[in-house]
Amino acid sequence: MQRQIEGSLAIAEAVALCRPQVVCAYPISPQTHIIEALGAMVKEGALDNCEFVNVDSEMAAMSVAIGASAVGARSYTATASQGLLYMIEAVYNAAGLGLPVVMTLANRAIGAPINIWNDHTDAMAVRDAGWIQLFAETNQEAVDLHVLAFALAEELSVPVMVCVDGFILTHSIERVDLPDQDVVDRLVPPFAPRQVLDPNDPVSIGAMVGPEAFTEVRYLAQLRMRRALEVIPELAERNADAWHRPPTGLIHPYRSIDATLIVVAMGSVLGTIKDVVDDLRATGVNIGALGISCFRPFPVNEVREQLRSATRVVVVEKAFSIGNGGVLSTDIAMALRDRRVTVHTVVAGLGGRPIWAASLRALFVNAAEGTLPATVFCDLNEELVERELERMTHDRSSRSLARRDRAE
Amino acid sequence: MTTPFAITLGVGSSLANKTGSWRVERPVYVDRHPPCNNACPAGEATQGWLYQAEEGNYEAAWRLIMASNPLPAIMGRACFHPCESACNRVQIDEAVGINAVERFLGDRAIDEGWTVPVSAPPSGKRVLVVGSGPAGLAAAYHLVLLGHEVVVYEAAPQCGGMLRYGIPQYRLPRAVVDAEIDRIAAMGVRFEVERRVENVADAMQRGAFDAAFVGIGAQRGKHPDIPSGDAAKVLDAVSMLHGVEEGALPALGRRVVIYGGGDTAMDAARTAQRLGAAETILVYRRTRDQMPAHDEEVCDAALEGVQMRWLSTVSRADGGRLLIETMVLNDQGLAEGTGHFEELEADSLVLALGQDTDLTLFDGDVAVDTTRGVVHVDDHQMTGHAGLFCGGDAAAGPSAERTVTAAVGDGARAAAAIDAWLAGVTLAPTVIPPLASADRLNPWYYADASRTLRPRLEAARRRSNFDEVVGGLTAEDALFEARRCMSCGNCFECDNCYGVCPDNAVIKLGPGQRYEFNLDYCKGCGICATECPCGAIDMVPEHH
Amino acid sequence: MLSERTPVRFYQVGSFAVGNRLVELERRSAQSDPRRANSLSSGHRACAGCGEALGARYALDAAMRATRGQLICVNSTGCLEVFSTPYPETSWRVAWLHSLFANAASVATGVAAGLRATGRDVVRVVAQGGDGGTADIGFGALSGMFERNDDVLFICYDNQGYMNTGVQRSSTTPGAARTATTQAVGPQPGNAFGQGKDVARLAMAHEIPYVATATVADLFDLESKVERAMSLHGARYLHVLVPCPLGWGTLSKDTIALARLAHETGIFPVFEAEYGEVTSSVPLRHRTAVEEYLRPQKRFAHLFDKSGAVTSPDVVARIQALADRNIRRYSLVPDEDQ
Repeated sequence: MQRQIEGSLAIAEAVALCRPQVVCAYPISPQTHIIEALGAMVKEGALDNCEFVNVDSEMAAMSVAIGASAVGARSYTATASQGLLYMIEAVYNAAGLGLPVVMTLANRAIGAPINIWNDHTDAMAVRDAGWIQLFAETNQEAVDLHVLAFALAEELSVPVMVCVDGFILTHSIERVDLPDQDVVDRLVPPFAPRQVLDPNDPVSIGAMVGPEAFTEVRYLAQLRMRRALEVIPELAERNADAWHRPPTGLIHPYRSIDATLIVVAMGSVLGTIKDVVDDLRATGVNIGALGISCFRPFPVNEVREQLRSATRVVVVEKAFSIGNGGVLSTDIAMALRDRRVTVHTVVAGLGGRPIWAASLRALFVNAAEGTLPATVFCDLNEELVERELERMTHDRSSRSLARRDRAE
Repeated sequence: MTTPFAITLGVGSSLANKTGSWRVERPVYVDRHPPCNNACPAGEATQGWLYQAEEGNYEAAWRLIMASNPLPAIMGRACFHPCESACNRVQIDEAVGINAVERFLGDRAIDEGWTVPVSAPPSGKRVLVVGSGPAGLAAAYHLVLLGHEVVVYEAAPQCGGMLRYGIPQYRLPRAVVDAEIDRIAAMGVRFEVERRVENVADAMQRGAFDAAFVGIGAQRGKHPDIPSGDAAKVLDAVSMLHGVEEGALPALGRRVVIYGGGDTAMDAARTAQRLGAAETILVYRRTRDQMPAHDEEVCDAALEGVQMRWLSTVSRADGGRLLIETMVLNDQGLAEGTGHFEELEADSLVLALGQDTDLTLFDGDVAVDTTRGVVHVDDHQMTGHAGLFCGGDAAAGPSAERTVTAAVGDGARAAAAIDAWLAGVTLAPTVIPPLASADRLNPWYYADASRTLRPRLEAARRRSNFDEVVGGLTAEDALFEARRCMSCGNCFECDNCYGVCPDNAVIKLGPGQRYEFNLDYCKGCGICATECPCGAIDMVPEHH
Repeated sequence: MLSERTPVRFYQVGSFAVGNRLVELERRSAQSDPRRANSLSSGHRACAGCGEALGARYALDAAMRATRGQLICVNSTGCLEVFSTPYPETSWRVAWLHSLFANAASVATGVAAGLRATGRDVVRVVAQGGDGGTADIGFGALSGMFERNDDVLFICYDNQGYMNTGVQRSSTTPGAARTATTQAVGPQPGNAFGQGKDVARLAMAHEIPYVATATVADLFDLESKVERAMSLHGARYLHVLVPCPLGWGTLSKDTIALARLAHETGIFPVFEAEYGEVTSSVPLRHRTAVEEYLRPQKRFAHLFDKSGAVTSPDVVARIQALADRNIRRYSLVPDEDQ
């Protein structure tokens, strides 16, 4: 059913269609509308057989989800930013225990300085936690990915995090096609847990594992995660057939078949990038784009395949590893390590800064002309930075920093 | 369910980890000798029969008593219960009322008509028992149980010895004495009364007895040399009590002085009160603390109106008056005369200064050592004359006491020895485990419960009759009292070790079977031993 | 015989020993039952004489009896978790889940919610942890669980410190106690006074249906509290004192004896409360001075000389005052007019 709807509410509707049995709620912008909507649905009875638990922290939110999942209840929560970091120990734990929790991450910057607006730093902070991380480009994709996420998580007994750009998607109202309940019921069958706490068939879950087996535990986790690279396309195809929309697979190539310059990105910025690609194609630049929908596990083979024509790759990222550089860029570079391809990192949109098409266009043109530096901060206010560095030279404690920066 | 590798484990799989290898000490169950058993001159397995009584198994309890003592109803009244003096429960509140429970069991046996079957095959041996007091009765009972033919010669017209002629009826009703003697007679012991043995060797020979036990008691009151005028009425307590039993009531007058401080003095004083004496005054040369009489008796005598004069001796008796010398304790705690005299009016003077045994039946038998007026016996109650045994008040053997209970113990011990001697075997020495001392107990576990007192006849109702003063316990009270037993030193299956082991290393074997340690898992922490209420677990070094 | 036995309500060791052949089967402790659940079975790696191992089996066996085995247990990180479930062996015989140190109460909430959502709320939930997982790192989660009145019994096995990591101070470590982070050095050796948390009272402040304290020294009391707790729904809290031979510096054989002394001195009040009000307390049977409790513990050794004489009378008096306050507050000596 087509509806003009806020992203958060669409996600809440999609989650409700998947019949979660325990929903844990702790408010944090910009995900709050999702759990508010789910809470209302449970309270009014629209979502039945569901426990809506107002928890005392994000740590509790993930922990309640862990407990519920361990007794075979389909468990869901949503968080963002600081909240994700507050629950990070439990995030790792859910994955380690193999519990198929689904969580929406409304991507937001991490403080200090405190900042409620969108970037991908939060998601990057848990990329090694053992969760499948899916990034939505649009609200339609966010809806579709949530339906896929429950089936995927339960198929593999791996938790799934659906990453949605905070405010940009969560708070934007656009037309979304919400699938019918009977369709979703078919796509997301009742939860059949791999393991369940049952007094009549008791087990001990959560043993302490020492050096003698820890590596094997991790190795097996890696195998299971890699298995997702096969399952996701299967589920995406199946879902696409059911609701007659393009599949939400591992990656989204856009005009990249023969492109020598390919822009790689995740999330909603892809829309802007595609516009710029169209614009530059019209001027004769041989450019394409590649959206990464599945960041973890990282679809190395698919990425290599889609980038085979590229001699230059620009990774537009809403996060970076301070002291090194782009995070996704590192993965892309790894995927291309045996090829002669130049990989650039464009850090953009940090803390909610708008990413203008004009800015991207200029950078891509530079890239096509071979003048783009290895790492660029899009729309950096250089005058401001200069002024600040200048001020630092008078401050004894900052002097060395200012000097070094200038030397570079 | 296919569980994830390593993170999820099947229940109870730690049984594969044998933590017993950590142990440096191991627990062992022990059985210790309970202080009550240890103190019983009659050799009763007191704790054992209390255990049965705790469950209400009164007949089983009674049969356990009967394994050593054939006179529970009598002993439940006449015994001065050294078991209670030794009882560890004193450390918690008060001693267990063992004597009261024994009496309850003895009375119940009489009411129910319980008997002890003789199952031993006839041995073909004949044993003579001289005297039917507690020693003789005990010997006869055990001997007949062992299959021997037993004949008891009793000089008096009725059986019982001091039970009948010494202990007043208000302490020991005669129906009880009759019932317990009748039960022994019914087992096949032949009692011949008014049959005084002049010479025991002759009697053995004439009756073709293979062995003999002499338990003739100490029936002759001591008469120290007190200067007396012709008109003075002086008699001894033994004769007086004997006379009362035979209906020959002595004319004591209104004011009676009893001279002595033992239990017999108390019996005489309390009897005098019941015979109508207006005033009964007990004169004793030392202090109350030094009186050999049992405290309970002294208290009862005082309650019944007997007056006491400590540190006093009778120097002279004349008609109607006594000359009393005041004594003082010297540095060694001995009484010495002060030279200060006073007169005391008295219609009669009853001497209760000890008893002697009539040893004439051993005359001419040089093998029997009777120096200092008692028969000397070995650890098995045998005199120097092989096959001739002696016990009770007449003998100076293993038990130093002169009580009914010691006499029963002598009789039982002698019976076992006679049996062995007749069979030509040597008795194996009894191995007694170390004492279950109070310091081994964990008293916290015992519920607080003060002892149940037996009902007692009011003092005012004791004056003119010989009604029994001390009543028996009800079944409920007896059960309560039995359950106050702490089972010192012997497992009573309280499950504490089973429960307190942090490693589940105690195996419960089922009712009556106790427990065993599972040394595969026992880490040797010792909690079981510390927390064993009765001290029945020891920790011993482990030698891996 | 039975008819004669029934009216007599005195059973030699009463209800103080674990079992008693004189007591009717149904009135005996769960621990006396040869078919008891043994929720924590042999082969675990707890130190010899571990109070926590004992407390956990006592409590869970009672809960298993009360729920007829329909129980799921959530465990926070700590000694209990480490010594019971090192791969490849677990000592648990109950359905058991360990997630993290701080989140046992929340995980238990999730278990309860999951069971309710899947129509299996006949299965009951117990969460358990040490004092660290309860009073310190896990307190936020615990308080949240209380506040929501989730259907969970949380049991704290309080050994008054972080023993698993080498005996560091927790917020239940008593004043003056030596730990690795409150050394017995300087002018005021050992842990500071006036800090720390009384979790039972904090639980009461949440006005949850049931709060109780117990020790491993009084099994029947502990079991009856677990049973009472399992007869109720909503958030419930049981705080069990479990002496730690390692952390307290006591002999392994004295674990129960020390728990008993903690009660008999009044330093650890044993009581229960419903909806924020104290409803009962276990009176002291043999009131004992606190120094008898302190003396056997090496963590208080700096208060005594080699002969056992008190060398810090002011500190001992301060601890005694705490005990006396408990005695007044919980009426532990009923006749005492204070």
